[in-house]
Amino acid sequence: MGQRSEQNRANRTGAEGPVLSVRRLTTRFRTDRGIVTAVDDVSFDVAPGETLGIVGESGCGKTVTSKSIMRLLPDHVASYGDESEVIYRGNNLLRASESEMRKVRGDGIAMIFQEPMTSLNPVFTVGWQLNEALKYHTKLRARERRARIIEMLKLVDMPNPEKRIDEYPHQLSGGMRQRVMIAIALCCEPDVLIADEPTTALDVTIQAQILDLMNELKSRLNTAIILITHDLGVVAQVCDRVQVMYAGRVIESASAREVFHNPRHPYTRGLLDSIPKQGGKQKGARLPAIGGIVPSLWELPPGCRFQERCRYKQQKCVDVEPDLVTDPDGHARRCHFPLGTSAKLTVGASS
Amino acid sequence: MWAFIIRKILYNVPVYVGVLVLVFLALRVQDPVYQYLGQEAGQEQIDQLRRSMGLDRPLPVQFGIYLREVVTFNFEAQSWNQRGTEVGEILKRSIVPSLSLTVPALVLSTVIGVFISLIAAYFRGRAPDRILMIAAVLGMSISFLVYIIFGQFFFAAVPREAGLGWWPFAVQGYEPWIVFGEGGGVYPGRWVTYCMLPVMISVIVSMGYDTRFYRAVMVEETGRDYITTAVAKGATKPKIMFVHMLKNAMIPVITRVMSTLPFVVIGSILLEMYFGIPGMGREIITAIINKDFPVIQAFVAVFALIFIASVILTDVLYAVVDPRVRLS
Ligand SMILES: Nc1ncnc2c1ncn2[C@@H]1O[C@H](COP(=O)(O)OP(=O)(O)OP(=O)(O)O)[C@@H](O)[C@H]1O
Ligand code: SF4
Ligand SMILES: [Mg+2]
Repeated sequence: MGQRSEQNRANRTGAEGPVLSVRRLTTRFRTDRGIVTAVDDVSFDVAPGETLGIVGESGCGKTVTSKSIMRLLPDHVASYGDESEVIYRGNNLLRASESEMRKVRGDGIAMIFQEPMTSLNPVFTVGWQLNEALKYHTKLRARERRARIIEMLKLVDMPNPEKRIDEYPHQLSGGMRQRVMIAIALCCEPDVLIADEPTTALDVTIQAQILDLMNELKSRLNTAIILITHDLGVVAQVCDRVQVMYAGRVIESASAREVFHNPRHPYTRGLLDSIPKQGGKQKGARLPAIGGIVPSLWELPPGCRFQERCRYKQQKCVDVEPDLVTDPDGHARRCHFPLGTSAKLTVGASS
Repeated sequence: MWAFIIRKILYNVPVYVGVLVLVFLALRVQDPVYQYLGQEAGQEQIDQLRRSMGLDRPLPVQFGIYLREVVTFNFEAQSWNQRGTEVGEILKRSIVPSLSLTVPALVLSTVIGVFISLIAAYFRGRAPDRILMIAAVLGMSISFLVYIIFGQFFFAAVPREAGLGWWPFAVQGYEPWIVFGEGGGVYPGRWVTYCMLPVMISVIVSMGYDTRFYRAVMVEETGRDYITTAVAKGATKPKIMFVHMLKNAMIPVITRVMSTLPFVVIGSILLEMYFGIPGMGREIITAIINKDFPVIQAFVAVFALIFIASVILTDVLYAVVDPRVRLS
């Protein structure tokens, strides 16, 4: 917070560029079977106060993307492409030193993890774990920090914060732990908040509360949020823009409205078809899921990675991998035969 | 916390009494008097010894006496082998030499082992880690006896022979370094002379096993989600290793320390034998060889007490480091 806050306020009032730019991010893992590319040439920007959704099925590289941004992947197995850049405040984080990274982590960019049950340290109190972040990034004194911790716990709607501050993670429910994680992530007022499936492990009512909370915090603190999820319903509630990933690649990128009302990639369309319609009465009816499974990163087919599950597949899809093409309206898709023509929609609907 | 400790102690009282019953019966399966005196002994001699030890009385009465001795920690029976010496006397004079070896050995090997394993885990996969682990395997592949003989020879006999009068380590022997009663006192110099070399040997012997085990614990902890959270908060690597990881790792470390306790005790019996230290290990071996029933019966009760106490201590330490244990 400290030195940055003046600058922040200036930033937040003026015309704003992106606060974080990810350029051609490629993340590879060294494994026993050889090198595997988990994230392949992913680019995006986020501006202050904006929420970017990253969507995709399990294993498509969402978590790896977000951990790459904060360089949280173990050094001895993960490596990044030569052209990859994560630009934050004019600095390429992928080439930054450990001590530079430490200043960014938790202060400039903060992250909420997928697993609320295991992400807190079981042997320290909630207060201790919040205090830690404040100690690293602020000059507040002990008593001021405690006041701020209680304030943060109130902010995330933690019941009874004066008591909870001295409790251990195992005394809290999953929803409350996730609130603690959010409080930790937000206590130093980061410019960017990465939320990796913050609600997946929680039940539906808690999910809604947490999403509301993030929305509210965003408008209050002007934080840029990267919201990772495989739930398009969640995206509809909170995101401004959406990026759809498939097998390590971005396959569609547009405003949330566009993605919902006018999906151009058959995969996105499939995802949309598989969410229950709000107010729909056929609760028991099975939703059309996308057939087949995500190809293994070890056996990616030549050509389009989605071909085995695509009902519009043609010879060209097998021969040539499509590029990510941005249409004149700014809607980008990685498909030779994008949807959007009425003819195709009819085909899709009838089968 | 106190309630927790008291509860643990109360739980273990019946366990201990159960152990005493078993020991009591096991030692009477074969007639101890007959065992001690052998075939040539006359009936009169047998009866006399039996009566003097109270072995002619009904079993419940005998057990009552045994229990009373244990509870008051006052073992009045006389040793059969060391005529005229009370068992309690033998216990009293041998307990300090034993603890002078086991306690420092256990503490040092744990602290050093955990520290080395943290270093290895910190440099995981790189040169310092590799070198330490190779050293650990080499260390493990050498027998305890080799260390004792090698240590006595090069670290005591050779320098002494060479006329280095100031050389601190003796090859063998013991003088009390804590003397009770009038004119008593503490003589750390004597501990160095007689106990330090065996303690060092014991530490070195366990080092290989300990570091390998603790390193595995540490490496497992490095992969945990809470570590990633700590990194994401901006914690430095030493903070992560020595605060976040270490406190979590204390749980398996405590388990390990307590589970190696029997081996430490047995190991120190060997050390006592080879270094001529008059500890409990040596006393009980002597007693077993000579079928010295009163000593065996009392010492087994004391050993069992030490084990039960360490089990309680383990649970208490768990509760100190792990808040999840405290509540359950
Ligand atoms: N440390 C690692 N070593 C090797 N491969 C890894 C490693 N971490 C992740 N991967 C691989 O990278 C791919 C992407 O994983 P990632 O965790 O980013 O998926 P995800 O989109 O977050 O899925 P989910 O919705 O299940 O969280 C997976 O195929 C996974 O097996
Ligand atoms: S490129 Fe072809 S196979 Fe791939 S999604 Fe588009 S139509 Fe389907
Ligand atoms: Mg994930």
